[in-house]
Amino acid sequence: MSVTLSEAAAKHVQNFIAKRGRGIGLRIGVRTSGCSGMAYKLEFADEADDDDLQFDSYGVKVLVDPKSLPYIEGMVLDYAREGLNEGFKFNNPNVKDSCGCGESFQV
Amino acid sequence: MALLQISEPGLSTAPHQHRLAVGIDLGTTNSLVASVRNGISVVLNDEHGRAMLPSVVRYFADGEVAVGEAAQALQSEDPANTIVSVKRFMGRGLSDVGDISQLPYRFAQEESQSSGHGMVQLRTVAGIKSPVEISAEILKVLRTRAEASLGGELVGAVITVPAYFDDAQRQATKDAAKLAGLNVLRLLNEPTAAAIAYGLDNASEGVYAVYDLGGGTFDISILRLSRGVFEVLAANGDSALGGDDFDQRIYCWILEKNQLSALNPKDTRLLLTMARTAKEQLTEHDEAHITAVLSGGEGIDNVLTQNEFESMSKNLIQRTLQPLKRALRDAKLSINDVKGVVMVGGATRMPQVQQAVGEFFGQTPLTNLDPDKVVALGAAIQANLLAGNQSRDDWLLLDVIPLSLGLETMGGLVEKIIPRNSTIPTARAQEFTTYKDGQTAMSLHVVQGERELVADCRSLAKFELRGIPPMVAGAARIRVTFQVDADGLLSVMAREMGSGIEAAIEVKPSYGLSDAEITRMLQDSTQHAKDDMQARALREQETEASQLIDAVQHALMQDGELLEVSQRAHIESQMNALRDALQSLDHMVIKRAIVALNESTVSFAQSRMDKSVKRALAGKNISELEIK
Repeated sequence: MSVTLSEAAAKHVQNFIAKRGRGIGLRIGVRTSGCSGMAYKLEFADEADDDDLQFDSYGVKVLVDPKSLPYIEGMVLDYAREGLNEGFKFNNPNVKDSCGCGESFQV
Repeated sequence: MALLQISEPGLSTAPHQHRLAVGIDLGTTNSLVASVRNGISVVLNDEHGRAMLPSVVRYFADGEVAVGEAAQALQSEDPANTIVSVKRFMGRGLSDVGDISQLPYRFAQEESQSSGHGMVQLRTVAGIKSPVEISAEILKVLRTRAEASLGGELVGAVITVPAYFDDAQRQATKDAAKLAGLNVLRLLNEPTAAAIAYGLDNASEGVYAVYDLGGGTFDISILRLSRGVFEVLAANGDSALGGDDFDQRIYCWILEKNQLSALNPKDTRLLLTMARTAKEQLTEHDEAHITAVLSGGEGIDNVLTQNEFESMSKNLIQRTLQPLKRALRDAKLSINDVKGVVMVGGATRMPQVQQAVGEFFGQTPLTNLDPDKVVALGAAIQANLLAGNQSRDDWLLLDVIPLSLGLETMGGLVEKIIPRNSTIPTARAQEFTTYKDGQTAMSLHVVQGERELVADCRSLAKFELRGIPPMVAGAARIRVTFQVDADGLLSVMAREMGSGIEAAIEVKPSYGLSDAEITRMLQDSTQHAKDDMQARALREQETEASQLIDAVQHALMQDGELLEVSQRAHIESQMNALRDALQSLDHMVIKRAIVALNESTVSFAQSRMDKSVKRALAGKNISELEIK
């Protein structure tokens, strides 16, 4: 099992990292907070930690810390457009319940 | 499901607490909004994919408001209620606006309590509107667009203003943002924003030129970057020169080619549009085809080559080089000192403009960012930083105040409290004292400018400190603190140190200076440096003379009996001599007369002192007089 990006998401990430001018990949994780328990973490990665799990998705290196993995295992990160807004969408099979907007969730 | 953006390492936000911040270029002709998303500054488009919002607001009788394209498209239909270029009225009084007969609006003047001057107001079909309200309509549209694009409420915005905007114009801009429901993180100078967009703030220190040729205005700014601070060394420009003038040249060429004269408004508009299209084509191509059919059926079919366009627009470009030279001269710099040149404004896309600027500076100007967007992009980077989305939190860009801030002192002189080009935010304090015995109130007059005399500077505000305990002249200590916040807005506080009484004022200046006036004020200050010095010396002597005459008269009245007739006559003649000297307007003559009067009163002062000592000692025994 792993955490993967859709092709569209990978393209965007590559583009963003190129324009940012530095970064080895994308860090995905979870942390406790928010109205419904857990919240996603989505950051540029400038360096990998020793215990990071690394996945490769369409040429993008995805880093996940081992504590986060159980919450997001099997997740596919997509890039979507909704009206004027656009951004990354988390399709996480582990989610049992989430708040209205889906920004925080429970497993 | 929410759509997330990639954050900087360690800076993920808590759910529902995204620090969404935008940069807004509130322009004379067009306005834009930008934001940093996934680490990159991007301009936010409307639902039709358009980045630029024409800065046009139309009011309807039913209270409806149209902003942008919708208002612009039907501009000629209702010119009195369709406000274009409202930025020119921001923070300005009627007298600043110039020839209002050329404008289609009905003006009204706002009454202002503080100074009698007020910002210009426009009578529309929906009631009287201030430039602040009109600008707020533009900002509201951008705010709505930004919130739809970013998917949440904004925590704040950075709004750009021209470098030459004074306090009144900056305050008006801030008020407009507040009215539009925006939290202003800071106002940022436009050339500084452009420099940030090019990442010059991370470059090594040096001098940069920002060449901004917009639709109808030309601005040149010379910036110096040192220790992360951009300082505006000089600003110059031409408020009646822009891309539209190039369209006009092509338009005239079409008329000439086709032997046309006096067209109706519709044909004029058509040909101006064709002219603009041709200009844009010539940016990419060597020639442009101009074809049109006029309302009278005449067909137009011309080919304009890049060479022809260059020669007809040559002197327009030359006109931008004059302010450039002046700006460099004001900054006391030569072309070789300029490390980089940033191009701003759609008109800088024209190859001949880039070439002329490149030749002038002897280096290729920076053009790789879209010149229409570069200011908004830079503002967004600054907003992102101020909202706390960047880790390098020591990196906080500062601005400077454009003109010195000071206080009027006796004799109509200016005491500068905060010198021009001080980095902001800043606070400075200075102590003042009373001028007359028993003075219980002090009037404080806050002025802005570089000249020595109040009359040559601009009045910002007046207020009074009352309730000073009566003391002899010079004994009271009144501490006046000037504080300028990060947006360049001023608050002044006066405090009598003995009693602790205080008075303060927030300077919301009533109206502003034009670009040209600021430039003139700065130039005048150097040109008139010598006159000013003499004027100051004269005023100082005049003040001292009248203070001395007051004191001597007072003494004569109280203790005149101590003097012999001849002594008294001598003092009085010296006093009259000083009065005469005052008429001479020569500070050296007055000074000599002051010295003479002072000398003539030495023995009188001695006798007065003896008398008061005797009075104090009378009837006391020695132990009471011991000094503790």
